[in-house]
Amino acid sequence: MNTALSNFLASDFFYKFSRSPVAIAAFIVTMTLVLSAFFAPVIATQNPFDPGSLNLMNGFSKPGVVNDFTGETFFLGTDDQGRDIYSTILYGLRVSLFVGFSAVLFAMILGATLGLIAGYTGGRVDSIIMRIADIQLTFPAILIALLIFGIAKGITPPSYRDEVAIWVLILAIGLSDWVQFARVVRGATLVERNKEYVQAAKLIGRSPFSIMIKHILPNTLGPVLVIATISLALAIIAEATLSFLGVGAPPTQPSLGTLIRIGQSFLFSGEWWILFYPAVTLLALALSVNLLGDWLRDALNPKLK
Amino acid sequence: MLTYIIRRVLQSIFVLLMVGLVAFSMFRFVGDPVDSLLGQERTQADIERVREQLGLNDPFPIQYIKFLGKAAQGDFGVSYRQGREVSTILAERAPATLELAGVSALLAIIFGVGLGVFTAIRRDGFMANFIMTTSLIGVSLPTFLIGILLIYVFAVELGWLPSFGRGEVVQLGWWSTGFLTESGLKAIILPAITLGLYQMTLIMRLVRAEMLEVLRTDYIKFARARGLSKRAVNFGHALKNTMVPVITVTGLQIGSIIAFAIITETVFQWPGVGLLFINAVQFVDIPVMAAYLMLISVMFVLINTIVDILYFAIDPRLSADASSRGH
Repeated sequence: MNTALSNFLASDFFYKFSRSPVAIAAFIVTMTLVLSAFFAPVIATQNPFDPGSLNLMNGFSKPGVVNDFTGETFFLGTDDQGRDIYSTILYGLRVSLFVGFSAVLFAMILGATLGLIAGYTGGRVDSIIMRIADIQLTFPAILIALLIFGIAKGITPPSYRDEVAIWVLILAIGLSDWVQFARVVRGATLVERNKEYVQAAKLIGRSPFSIMIKHILPNTLGPVLVIATISLALAIIAEATLSFLGVGAPPTQPSLGTLIRIGQSFLFSGEWWILFYPAVTLLALALSVNLLGDWLRDALNPKLK
Repeated sequence: MLTYIIRRVLQSIFVLLMVGLVAFSMFRFVGDPVDSLLGQERTQADIERVREQLGLNDPFPIQYIKFLGKAAQGDFGVSYRQGREVSTILAERAPATLELAGVSALLAIIFGVGLGVFTAIRRDGFMANFIMTTSLIGVSLPTFLIGILLIYVFAVELGWLPSFGRGEVVQLGWWSTGFLTESGLKAIILPAITLGLYQMTLIMRLVRAEMLEVLRTDYIKFARARGLSKRAVNFGHALKNTMVPVITVTGLQIGSIIAFAIITETVFQWPGVGLLFINAVQFVDIPVMAAYLMLISVMFVLINTIVDILYFAIDPRLSADASSRGH
């Protein structure tokens, strides 16, 4: 067995993890959803966005009931166009997770960079960056994301809007979420900046850039990881909310939020499964990532050791 | 204290100027205002005339100042999509959102404080634990799913309450109210619960945490030792001292309620400013977006400033601290 793995299995971190049933359950649910999104083309029964694989006669099949016209059975049912809900959820998960991960990554890079610069340089740069962060923090993230989405939509020509919608969504959610990262990294940088190893690095003439990246940044990663996990849950919900409001993922590339939006219109006529299963999937995803984040925060908190 | 207030107000003005700059840049750089005013048939002379009329030939700072001047008078131009004055549209829509936000805030405060006190006093009771666990699930549910769930149960399955709209409204001057008709009152129940639920859990958890803290203090023990009734101890002494943080958070949440109304209004097709804003984002109706942004920022900044200043009014300990430090 290689040493990295055995080291990990013997670590404090893994021990705590193995003793927490909630964390294990949350981890299993999250991994199942991530893996099924990743392998969606393999495990889905059809590609719901390839019109050739759809049969309108299958429309509104009830979950687990044999369709009268075609004799096919869909265990989570189908929507109005005969799309298998199970397959649309898998493809929707892909979009939701892709947007969530990318948005958090973007927010993390932007926030950590600005936080490092603010904390390390101090003075005027610091107060400008943190003042902008404070102003942004007074407004709810969803409002900022909506605004950025609207502006970006206004700038892009109409024929490209559907193509770039996903990227605009990532940009909007990422930009509404960088403040948390900036604050945490700045706080940690302020502490690290005055430690001896940084003084030593300065003395031997390393550039501020390499001190920030190679020496300070690695020491701020613990709290960043915690914020990133909690942000992921928030980003997934934000994406679902925006898509539900009709300003997120386009119908050609639906996310879980778009599926819920579509499903809502069938609720009154009794086709509950079109809404229900995507909603449950979204909940399971958001809840398990949230629980993982909570557990991680406690596990990495030195005060609780 | 006066210097504190002045500094706080100056900060607020700075924030508003920044937001104004964002709103103005949207007008100026997102889409071409000339394009949206003139149709396909236009001459170079038309374009020049409109540019001059709109003041687009002025230097950037002058345009910005003119924009702020107009915005301060409530003039945000004409909606690209509806072709009407933005200020008129907003005035029509505002009562719906304000009524919804008001009822939600009221629900959130009454039930939040009530349940918070209850769960703190009966800390280990079955009901208290049940309420705390339920609230945890409530926090992780996205608002729109709560709305859909309520619609499904109370509108689709039970058929007790309407699933969309405001019901019948009565016009009182320029204010349209839904409080005076039966259908209006019925229509507000589900949206108000949806919007207020998150804030309610927040207030409840805060009141509970603060109460538990206060109940441990010596003066509460002393009050009990003096033989005061449970009621007097819990409400007269304990609850009173938890109110400072609660009022702060509640004040700040009122702003969020108005912003989150966007989601609730979409779920219930409630004809307020939030729904207007969502439609504006979908159709890139810049004047409406800019006006909404300015309006909600003024509201946020106003509330934040008032809450900060209220600190001093509510808690005499703070101003005593400030004066002993000699500012």
